[in-house]
Amino acid sequence: MGFRRWIQLMTLIGVLGAAGYLAADDDDEDEHEHRRTEQPLEKERGRARARTRFRQLEPVASTRWKEECAACHTLYHPGLLPTRSWIAMMDDLENHFGENASLDPAARAEITAFLVDHAADRAPSLRSRRIAQSIPAVETPLRFTQTRYFERRHEDVSSRVFARPSIGSAANCAACHRNADAGIFDEEQVRIPRP
Amino acid sequence: MRTPAVLFALAAAVAVPRGAAADTPQSFLDGYAREARGQNSAFVPSASRGDSLFHREFPGRNDATSCATCHTADPRRPGRTRAGKTIDPLAPAANAARFTDAAKVEKWFRRNCNDTLGRACTPAEKADVLHYLISLTLEK
Repeated sequence: MGFRRWIQLMTLIGVLGAAGYLAADDDDEDEHEHRRTEQPLEKERGRARARTRFRQLEPVASTRWKEECAACHTLYHPGLLPTRSWIAMMDDLENHFGENASLDPAARAEITAFLVDHAADRAPSLRSRRIAQSIPAVETPLRFTQTRYFERRHEDVSSRVFARPSIGSAANCAACHRNADAGIFDEEQVRIPRP
Repeated sequence: MRTPAVLFALAAAVAVPRGAAADTPQSFLDGYAREARGQNSAFVPSASRGDSLFHREFPGRNDATSCATCHTADPRRPGRTRAGKTIDPLAPAANAARFTDAAKVEKWFRRNCNDTLGRACTPAEKADVLHYLISLTLEK
């Protein structure tokens, strides 16, 4: 077999494998179905762990982002909004949800680049991809809580729960998702504080 | 004999870059007071003027707000942002990290004065507020 043919074959195998993996993984709600399959338990557990990691937001780090963005509010992960949203937001920090959150030009450029690099429409995370897909192309939401993805996933949480003093508003992700800062929104880790 | 002295001077110059490490609440107060005297040579910082400015409410785009809206009426206590995040105490007696970093001090005066007063604070106002904050002690 020629080298070129061999490369083509390997690429094909790779693409098919990846497509199969993604297709099998493409539904969040298939978790319970999965337990009914007849695979050996260990193998199933390993796969469940891998799937969980893949589903969470991409692990990211930026000291500037943390320092500047989390001084006033929850540290919103870049994988929660698409590129166009971050650009629009960072273009108008003087009017940031009713407050002046302006930065010096160097900090603004650095944080914008970081947010864009890991934005929902670019991140290698299934959750990010779903978020990006839930936003119509003509919309540029500035609040993750106004995306269809968020609304769908919080359908059974009433507005009274969000308004509890221990929570404040739906923007306070970390009140229930303790590891929100790390981009982990695993349903099993949700702890809704009492009123 | 001469070489070690030169090396020592070099090391000292590297270790203390342009006075940044020397910033203290008092040095900020002195700096703002000096600036204020440039506009009014009779200026003397006043803790009581700072106290009343800190608690005065200004009509703004987010209802009437004062510094105390987020920093609480007692700046020795932790405050809360509108988005629900805890703000560490502002008074140096309660929080040794306060007023030790020029970039931070200027950034927050710039943002918060614009948000609360609708304009930049004058050097005299900054000196007064700083004097008030420094005058707060923890014993009761």
